[in-house]
Amino acid sequence: MVLSHASSSRDDALCCTFASRYVREPLPRYRMPERSTPKEAAYQIISDELMLDGNPRLNLASFVTTWMEPECDKLIMDSVNKNYVDMDEYPVTTELQNRCVNMIAHLFNAPIKEDETAIGVGTVGSSEAIMLAGLAFKRKWQNKRKEQGKPYDKPNIVTGANVQVCWEKFARYFEVELKEVKLSEGYYVMDPVKAVEMVDENTICVAAILGSTLTGEFEDVKLLNDLLVEKNKETGWDVPIHVDAASGGFIAPFLYPELEWDFRLPLVKSVNVSGHKYGLVYAGVGWVIWRSKEDLPDELIFHINYLGTDQPTFTLNFSKGSSQIIAQYYQLIRLGFEGYKNIMENCMENTAILREGLAATGRFDILSKDAGVPLVAFSLKDSSTFSVFDISDNLRKFGWIVPAYTMPPDAEHVAVLRVVVREDFSRSLAERLVSDIVKTLHELEARAIHAVNVSSAIAAQTDNGAATKKSVLEIEREITARWRNAVSKKKTGVC
Amino acid sequence: MVLSHGVGGSDESVHSTFASRYVRTSLPRFRMPEQSMPKEAAYQVINDELMLDGNPRLNLASFVTTWMEPECDKLIQASVNKNYVDMDEYPVTTELQNRCVNMIAHLFNAPLGESETAVGVGTVGSSEAIMLAGLAFKRQWQNKMKAAGKPCDKPNIVTGANVQVCWEKFARYFEVELKEVKLSDGYYVMDPKKAVDLVDENTICVAAILGSTLNGEFEDVKLLNDLLTEKNAQTGWNTPIHVDAASGGFIAPFLYPELEWDFRLPLVKSINVSGHKYGLVYAGIGWCIWRTKEDLPEELIFHINYLGADQPTFTLNFSKGSSQVIAQYYQLIRLGFEGYKNIMENCQENAMVLKQGLEKSGRFNIVSKDNGVPLVAFSLKDSSRHNEFEISDFLRRFGWIVPAYTMPPDAQHVTVLRVVIREDFSRTLAERLVLDIEKVLHELDALPARVPSGDIAALAAAAESESQKVKQRQVISLWKRAVLAKKTNGVC
Repeated sequence: MVLSHASSSRDDALCCTFASRYVREPLPRYRMPERSTPKEAAYQIISDELMLDGNPRLNLASFVTTWMEPECDKLIMDSVNKNYVDMDEYPVTTELQNRCVNMIAHLFNAPIKEDETAIGVGTVGSSEAIMLAGLAFKRKWQNKRKEQGKPYDKPNIVTGANVQVCWEKFARYFEVELKEVKLSEGYYVMDPVKAVEMVDENTICVAAILGSTLTGEFEDVKLLNDLLVEKNKETGWDVPIHVDAASGGFIAPFLYPELEWDFRLPLVKSVNVSGHKYGLVYAGVGWVIWRSKEDLPDELIFHINYLGTDQPTFTLNFSKGSSQIIAQYYQLIRLGFEGYKNIMENCMENTAILREGLAATGRFDILSKDAGVPLVAFSLKDSSTFSVFDISDNLRKFGWIVPAYTMPPDAEHVAVLRVVVREDFSRSLAERLVSDIVKTLHELEARAIHAVNVSSAIAAQTDNGAATKKSVLEIEREITARWRNAVSKKKTGVC
Repeated sequence: MVLSHGVGGSDESVHSTFASRYVRTSLPRFRMPEQSMPKEAAYQVINDELMLDGNPRLNLASFVTTWMEPECDKLIQASVNKNYVDMDEYPVTTELQNRCVNMIAHLFNAPLGESETAVGVGTVGSSEAIMLAGLAFKRQWQNKMKAAGKPCDKPNIVTGANVQVCWEKFARYFEVELKEVKLSDGYYVMDPKKAVDLVDENTICVAAILGSTLNGEFEDVKLLNDLLTEKNAQTGWNTPIHVDAASGGFIAPFLYPELEWDFRLPLVKSINVSGHKYGLVYAGIGWCIWRTKEDLPEELIFHINYLGADQPTFTLNFSKGSSQVIAQYYQLIRLGFEGYKNIMENCQENAMVLKQGLEKSGRFNIVSKDNGVPLVAFSLKDSSRHNEFEISDFLRRFGWIVPAYTMPPDAQHVTVLRVVIREDFSRTLAERLVLDIEKVLHELDALPARVPSGDIAALAAAAESESQKVKQRQVISLWKRAVLAKKTNGVC
């Protein structure tokens, strides 16, 4: 039943969309409008305002895929009205999810026999995947403690301080203590030795990251496994490992197949990966794989029947779109092992181009390693006249979105810029980015000199001792902040 | 960097897609293929197999929207590569979410001052929304008990047994006890009196449903509020209410504006609604609105900066698509209040057409009420020879997907069929469905009461002591599994 109730006055039909009354009146922002709007006008209004969003493909802050082939876009739009959770109504879509789970489980060397199916599930992203994995660990640990007659009210999880926020969310929402291994300057991932020291009898698992958000580095899961095996033998605690392979899970198997980080290590009980990062699918799909049925307590699985038949469900979300699951399956069969390998190798080459270009300027320290997620994290050798935050702001002028941020404790004094190299970041874009960064450096230097002159002029005009002498950096930052406020106000007005 | 690495043999490009080698060799099902394949073939292979999925628009089991205007599809397509969580990079999309939150908060009569912004968030669906709301209640209650020096290790939540599974998930995953008010024959929603009786000092909230999944009924939130206010006055426990308006939240304000169920009732502290049900957006969006800032403990909100700027986040999911948020905003401004009202009225009328058609057949009891979510839930007056599960299965032949299910305790002996009326279920379709149901009844009448076959007969013999209904169900499910097995094993 399509609603095509148009506006009352007849001459609206003659005006083109841009001159119609609807684009001249301000749109109600906080209340639903009383009347309907013609659909063309509604489309145009929203589409126009969205022009002021950043361009997703120039968003170098994000690991999440921003480009897929048109054939896949077609599959996505065709399935946009399929509710993924209706397993009975959409058996093929459900089957595609199962195939993806099995393919990914095999990619991670899960110990599955020929006729066995893998244990895993598709999620909305790694956040949900991690919460499910954490829940499974917590429940297993609680059951174990209850059997032993020991208290089970203070579970904790050991991770590095470089974890993504969803681990902190998991800890806070599910009431598990987060024991973080602090970083140090020059060492920006979790130190396996320190991690194992922090393990106690209340530890439900140790979480290692394959592809740290901050620098793209892979943590040494094998060393962690070996040290933890020893500690388990001494203590009898049987503490397991979870690998957060959100980024690295679709990189390591193709670029570093000898690197042992997955189910080849006996203590690894579950692994999560983001389909929407290097799984090369748009935002909205993640995967969590368990080693075996025993690692997923049955009591966490629900069986419902009010959509018509028995459906087992173990996810936090229920209804959601099917598009990304189908898109993930498309990528897995379209690209195959060689396709993914080629793309990852391309990304690494473009990363090297970018890294070498930046190193050649002589102004930056490169914090990211060569091996790991294809990204470049870099900081200024000398931040006295301007900072990486200034560079980040200036790059926006060219259209680039390059984030700047500070490291977690105990390395908060280190500020970096980070560029993530995705599939659609080509070599020419890498070269262009380098030249734009060089231009930015020149501009910032010129402005700094100008600001020094200004501030010395101000200082010269003030009375003895009563003036506040601002550093050049502070002046710069004030200017930038005020400018940014002005710009962002404009962005959110009706266009 | 588009990968256009083709296949080895040079004559591959001459064959049409359907005759290419890729459609002739079976697709690896459980392992990634070693080689790439051409994108046209990949598209065709997947598209062909998906033909065997049910048609979403004929899926009468689901409340979730299955049709949107082409203009909106265009907006969805254009934003499919935007990661919603990048607030700094996509400020307009973030602003659209805020506008939706405010519009919905006002729709629910949240007590906001003129220049105040509403407290709420967009989620992937009502499941996430409910978990966030439950978390907020749990934390508030824990803080209250700690401040009073009382134990805070045994929180519970009071609901009806008709709750959707996500409440049970919330309870189990977040370690809150679920105290369910049992249903009874003829009364399929939560009884406010019994609910308030179950409330004790460990109750973090009472959850009422506006639009029960089973029969679409609205629970009496006002009565619950009044009874709970009395009890709170006696006990001083200050137990709040959450309204699960997953379906009803976008129906009641338009069809029943005088019905007091939302923030007009003082004990209601949070409400969730599914944007993808009667919010008229495709699957993947829900909303959770809190009454005021005080109802959402600050300690649950995280602030991160590694995407470049400070971002507050209180959701379970992080990265996700922006399309549904933009689509929700589109619907809110495109339709406006009058548009939603017209659509809901249409749905109610079509529900009446269906209901009257079924009543006229003389074979059904209507279990759903006239007021509530536009759906028709009905059961057979006489299910001695054939039951609702068989009707459901036979309707599949016509293309209709109509689920049959049993009620929760204590009404498990009641089986119903349920048809949900969505925006795209027109009057002609309603009339056609009635005709097809009548055809199915004729066919079933002509069939004997039991369906014999090899191993099914053995199973029936072994289960001699079980009731006939249970046997029927086993037969149906074995048959269904056999059919499904065919559907899922072959490569098309």
